[in-house]
Amino acid sequence: MFGRLTWQAIPWSEPIPLIAAGVVGLGLAAIVAWVFAKGYAPYIWKEWITSVDHKRIGVMYCLLALVMLLRGFSDAVMMRSQQVLAFHGGGYLPPDHYNQIFSAHGTIMIFFVAMPFVIGLMNFVVPLQLGIRDVAFPTLNSVSFWLTAAGALLVNISLVVGEFARTGWLPYPPLSELQYSPGVGVDYYLWSLQISGAGTLLSGINLVTTAMLLLDRYLGFHFFTNEMGGNPMMFVNLIWVWGHPEVYILVLPAFGVFSEVISTFSGKPLFGYRSMVAATMAICVLSWLVWLHHFFTMGAGADVNGFFGIMTMIIAVPTGVKVYNWLFTMYGGKVRFEPPMLWSIGFMVTFVIGGMTGVLMAVPPADFVLHNSLFLVAHFHNVIIGGVLFGAFAGYNYWFPKAFGFRLDEKWGRRAFWLWFVGFYTAFMPLYVLGLLGMTRRMQHFDRPEWYPWVLVAAAGAGLITLGICAQVIQLAVSIRDRALLRDITGDPWDGRTLEWATASPPPAFNFAVMPNVKGEEPYWGMKTKARELAHLLTAEPSYQPISVPRNTATGVVTAFFAVVIGFAMIWRIYWLAGIGFIGVYAAFVVFAWRDRSEEEIPAAEVARRDRENRLVRTSALAKGA
Amino acid sequence: MSAQRFRRIVQLSRLKRLTPIALCLCAIELTTSGCSQGVLAPVGPVADGERLILLDALGIMLLIAVPTILATLWFAWWFRASNRAALYRPDWAYSDKLEVLVWAIPALVVLFLGGVAWIGSHQLDPARPLESSVRPLEVQVVSLDWRWLFIYPEQHIATINRLVIPVGAPVHFRITSSSVMNVFFVPRIGSEIYAMNGMATQLNLLARDIGQFPGLSAQFSGDGFSDMTFNTDVVSEKGFHDFVVGAGASPNRLDAAAYLSLSRQSRSAEVKLFSKVANGMFDDIVSRHLPPGSGPEPSALSILPR
Repeated sequence: MFGRLTWQAIPWSEPIPLIAAGVVGLGLAAIVAWVFAKGYAPYIWKEWITSVDHKRIGVMYCLLALVMLLRGFSDAVMMRSQQVLAFHGGGYLPPDHYNQIFSAHGTIMIFFVAMPFVIGLMNFVVPLQLGIRDVAFPTLNSVSFWLTAAGALLVNISLVVGEFARTGWLPYPPLSELQYSPGVGVDYYLWSLQISGAGTLLSGINLVTTAMLLLDRYLGFHFFTNEMGGNPMMFVNLIWVWGHPEVYILVLPAFGVFSEVISTFSGKPLFGYRSMVAATMAICVLSWLVWLHHFFTMGAGADVNGFFGIMTMIIAVPTGVKVYNWLFTMYGGKVRFEPPMLWSIGFMVTFVIGGMTGVLMAVPPADFVLHNSLFLVAHFHNVIIGGVLFGAFAGYNYWFPKAFGFRLDEKWGRRAFWLWFVGFYTAFMPLYVLGLLGMTRRMQHFDRPEWYPWVLVAAAGAGLITLGICAQVIQLAVSIRDRALLRDITGDPWDGRTLEWATASPPPAFNFAVMPNVKGEEPYWGMKTKARELAHLLTAEPSYQPISVPRNTATGVVTAFFAVVIGFAMIWRIYWLAGIGFIGVYAAFVVFAWRDRSEEEIPAAEVARRDRENRLVRTSALAKGA
Repeated sequence: MSAQRFRRIVQLSRLKRLTPIALCLCAIELTTSGCSQGVLAPVGPVADGERLILLDALGIMLLIAVPTILATLWFAWWFRASNRAALYRPDWAYSDKLEVLVWAIPALVVLFLGGVAWIGSHQLDPARPLESSVRPLEVQVVSLDWRWLFIYPEQHIATINRLVIPVGAPVHFRITSSSVMNVFFVPRIGSEIYAMNGMATQLNLLARDIGQFPGLSAQFSGDGFSDMTFNTDVVSEKGFHDFVVGAGASPNRLDAAAYLSLSRQSRSAEVKLFSKVANGMFDDIVSRHLPPGSGPEPSALSILPR
């Protein structure tokens, strides 16, 4: 009846996951109770959960990322403390638990923190910057988000029902095959990624590859098994053909954030705009030609290693160009050190170091002694934290006032930055040294005295980052408390240059009352400067028309609910329940496809009211400036 | 630096409230210890070459990276909004000369490093035999769950969790895995290489100094992964001869049955010696005439291996 699921699936004997889950469960219950007690439930259902507005979906993506950051970071703290306590001993996490923690840490941080964070920021800001009213497929956008959330939920269910993968965040076969990983952990990994991947369509190859491993485990296919003609190296190739471009998928949007922030806070246009675009396109293409550098040590010949080493280094050229262009964007500017800019400068310094160690490992003979060591771990944290996460935090501080109509507290923003920045160096520079000392990643315990002091320093760094995250939580709380003081009335709190700053904060559902006429790379800056010269708005009040916006739909959240049912049922081999899940998903789509009204109209009077408010504050700002 | 010494420095600093000095001492201690261990303290020509390339490549890049970082900090500080002395060019966003420069600098560095990478990856190709007047010693490495099996086919002996090689003689390793992936790695002697079931990878190393050098697996391979350490004893020619004779006298034989028992999961760190190794055993493992390791025991095969 319940497949492989029994009461034993709950780790009664392990207090850590039980207590963690208990606390999270109570917290969630408290929030839900509060929402219902205050009568917010209908608002949250109508305005958020079923919303297809790209701005709301973007905000929910970022919220998901921030919540999962807490989960992924607790895993990091456990890993660091385990290694501190496991010198000449077993520590407090036995291997079967420790191995789940680093696997979950990687999976969560990449798929449920970095990805949703950059997707969320893009979702929120790209339509605004383009001066349009929504994305091409708003409902699909909502389904994507909810499927991502469903995947994240499955990962967290594995904390208390069963186990998570114990194979690392990329489950290399044969270790991840049924023979060597008979538990449900790898299944949790596969289904949470299949479900969220189906939503985000990360890339075809990711899907194909994980799907092939899924077929191995469920239907006895032998793509990657040791026996019956399978080849585990095929998985390794395929996963990295996806995996390496993935890191650029993450970092390129972050580069975009930095370009926006550095230009705005230097009060100058982005330097070398065309070069920047060319560099981005070059990275897009080159990122597909470098995957083999993840396994120089698998015995490929010197020519193959040499070729992929050089291709990898070539990526450093467009990336270097970007760094220099940001540098010259600051040149001749008036740099303001608000938190988004602090994150950006922190990024430039940190990313140069991370890029350098990356190119170092692209030299095959250097990789022969550094592969899979903590040097590698230090390198990719250096680029992912220093690049993607700093970018996400810069974007979070930068666009928060646009999304909510008030700024984030600056003092706590600075504290968060400095704690993170110093914490990052304290936590990860020792890992470079440990890698040079021959320490490999994923060690549950060790007995080498020369490693121990560095492990202690790294743990202290994790402590500083913990304080940084606390500062961010406080920043958010303080900002909500002081929102009246931090209110952004003008819609343009940073003296911005792109179109999102032309509309009100928060923007109305329709974004722009009249579609802006876009000329040049910085349309809003052009309009603003001209208006400042003339001391009045450029356009006279238009004749307002009603605007159609897509209707809210529960399709996304319902689909995601049944996706969780399918995933959970397949993990535990409860096939009848999976059948119900499939019927549910199908039904949700049928209902959606047969809807008779897909849009609703915002009356011209409402459009006029919202736009007049915006015109009024901008006119008074011009009057003050003049 | 030993952990005891580190603790002593910390204690001293507490006693005398000389934390800054203690911290400096720690830093110096740590840095010097960093150079006497690991991949920056090579004991063979392969590791020498890799260290040289690593430091060269790092040096080349630092020439560019350090000025870039300094310029970032300098520009950000000098062009701060409150600095009235700084140049203000709010519309300056393009310069063809700079454009050429920003593409040329990284391109030149990469051109240079690309040469290093190409030549290095040929000269230090793990499969390339080392130049030496001494005939290479053959060693076959099998990663088990979670131990290391070293077979000396010419001597017909084998060991578990202990690698013994003669000083100054090239060693030709063939490496495979009984089950999941692992990586064979002795950091101070040189290159690491994957151990994969159904495949044999090759590695050529040479140890210049007599001594004991720790080795480990550099690819996560399951619950016993952290215990997959072994010592590499680099011994004199006589020492090696004695080792071969000693192992040859061992009552343990390595035949198919013994191998099957070894291929079961075990975290034992015990060193074992085997005499009379069956001919062609390594090839039988690679070709899977000897079946892959069985993975978790049936008793541990309950749905939840907690």
